[in-house]
Amino acid sequence: MSAYTQEQWARIDADAAIMRRKARRHKFLETVGNHSILIAMSAIFIMPLYLIVVISLMTYRQASLRALWPSPFVWHNYIEVFHAVPFMHWTLNTLFVSTLTMIGTVVSSVPPAYVLSRLQWRGRNGSFILILATMMLPGQVTMIPVYVIFAKLHWIPGYLPLIVPAFFSSAFSIFLLRQFFATIPDEISDAARIDGCSEFQLMMRIVIPLAKPAISAIALFAFLGAWNDFFGPLLYLVENPDLWTLGIGLTQFENLHHVDRNMLMTASALFMMPVIVIFFFSQKVFIEGVTLTGVKG
Amino acid sequence: MGAADLASQKTRKLKTPWVFIAICMSPWVFGFLFFTAYPMGASLYQSFTKFNLIETPKWVGTENYVRMFTDDPDFWKALKNTVWISAVSIPLRIAFALFTAWILTKPKRGSNIYRTIFFLPAMVPTVAATMSFTYIFNPAIGPINKFLEFFGIKNPPMWFIDPHWSKWALILLGLWGIGDTMIIYLAGLLDVPRSLYEAAAIEGASGWQQFRYVTIPMMTPVIFFSTVTGIIGSFQYFTQAYVAAGQVNDYSHSMYFYATHIYHEAFRAYEMGYASALAWVLLIFTLICTLIMLQTQKRWVHYPNGSLFK
Repeated sequence: MSAYTQEQWARIDADAAIMRRKARRHKFLETVGNHSILIAMSAIFIMPLYLIVVISLMTYRQASLRALWPSPFVWHNYIEVFHAVPFMHWTLNTLFVSTLTMIGTVVSSVPPAYVLSRLQWRGRNGSFILILATMMLPGQVTMIPVYVIFAKLHWIPGYLPLIVPAFFSSAFSIFLLRQFFATIPDEISDAARIDGCSEFQLMMRIVIPLAKPAISAIALFAFLGAWNDFFGPLLYLVENPDLWTLGIGLTQFENLHHVDRNMLMTASALFMMPVIVIFFFSQKVFIEGVTLTGVKG
Repeated sequence: MGAADLASQKTRKLKTPWVFIAICMSPWVFGFLFFTAYPMGASLYQSFTKFNLIETPKWVGTENYVRMFTDDPDFWKALKNTVWISAVSIPLRIAFALFTAWILTKPKRGSNIYRTIFFLPAMVPTVAATMSFTYIFNPAIGPINKFLEFFGIKNPPMWFIDPHWSKWALILLGLWGIGDTMIIYLAGLLDVPRSLYEAAAIEGASGWQQFRYVTIPMMTPVIFFSTVTGIIGSFQYFTQAYVAAGQVNDYSHSMYFYATHIYHEAFRAYEMGYASALAWVLLIFTLICTLIMLQTQKRWVHYPNGSLFK
């Protein structure tokens, strides 16, 4: 080190300064570049939503001219759609099915997940592998005999074929809950057991309160799954228009509603609105839920 | 076995609460019997019968399976469409999810806002999304082609209406809703230890080289997982295609997929026996693809507890 002269040191310092400046400029350009790409992509992701909303607020005449901004704003579309089709009725039907599906899924998935993760017993791993295997099974394989059972029970058309299976556990929910329950330290359970806590009390008073985020996630997924479901209602409800959910109603929209085609966008916007509102309030639960099942799988 | 484990075993007195376990497992056990085990057996049996829901199934041997491969052009059409969309959309979805997730890890600030925006479309109900896409991509009244014309594209595609473009339109619809896959990738990317990138940077690896030789290998378990679920999912691809085809009168059956064929045979033609046979062939295809993937995984999937971290 002492071999360097004063001038050499000065040159090294100057070079370092230039490199630092270069690095800073490089960093800045990189930041600008990244944000440009992200903003452009955001615009693309947002665009369909934007178009749905603006078209939903147009007159049909304007919508068919491929306009990109409503003039005038026809807010009335959002009232009209409730008169033109039984939109409220469909919404309540969908809400009914989704709520019961959610309750059924939570009530019937928490106990199996509990004993699969918090207790040691023979056959536990085998059961868990079987549950995972059923998740991989294509629904088409079981669809027809299940349909035949429901037909024999005279449950078609009706809500029971959509709701009753939810009360018999969902493999996906058990899986998600088990992953979460397994992260709760065993010491907590052991301490409670020493204090004379029964397994049932342990599940209800200790593990369930600790697992609120995971339970919220499966409740949310079950609700949204039913809210968005199309195939189930297509099989079991389509014959009776009184029972239609939003998904079915929307596909039949044009057969019912002869006036303005762009009102389909009004109906779509109303259909997605609750889900998007739910999402904004529960983004954290949601993303944690997806992550828990996706990566640790 | 640690001391804590031994201690906890003692306190548990090694007595298994079987009654409690049986009660807790019962919803799943009965669900499995009613909605999985019995239906699987029944559909396997029905696949060897002629069955129209009203009359009792009549045994026909392997006729349904023979008919599928020798006397059903719709089967081949559906199979071809399904293989096409799987082959194109699975790699595209993985690349796109990886890219969106990767670019989300870049900025120091604002990444939450971008993440919300990218994820939002995944929340839109499938039917609403599909109906909206068939509308906004409609060449006559939809604004998308107006944008394309504005950017100088003279003859923009007819999208859902054109049999050559309809599957691409469906793929775009799928890519728009990439959010949930992207979140999984994002979690995977955030799990890659920073030290690996630092080590690569010291060795003089460029941004691209870091991505290629650090990020991708570390992400292979996630890529593998999403390939397998992608294959399973795409063989069952139904709602988007069914709704879109219903909107545009898909005469040429360009959006007729394997699951559509099963639905059609079972609930339109009431060929329940034949539809069951189709479903079993679907299951076998899915199993074969999954097994092939499992076989290849040794060659390209790096598990973090493997050689990299030793």
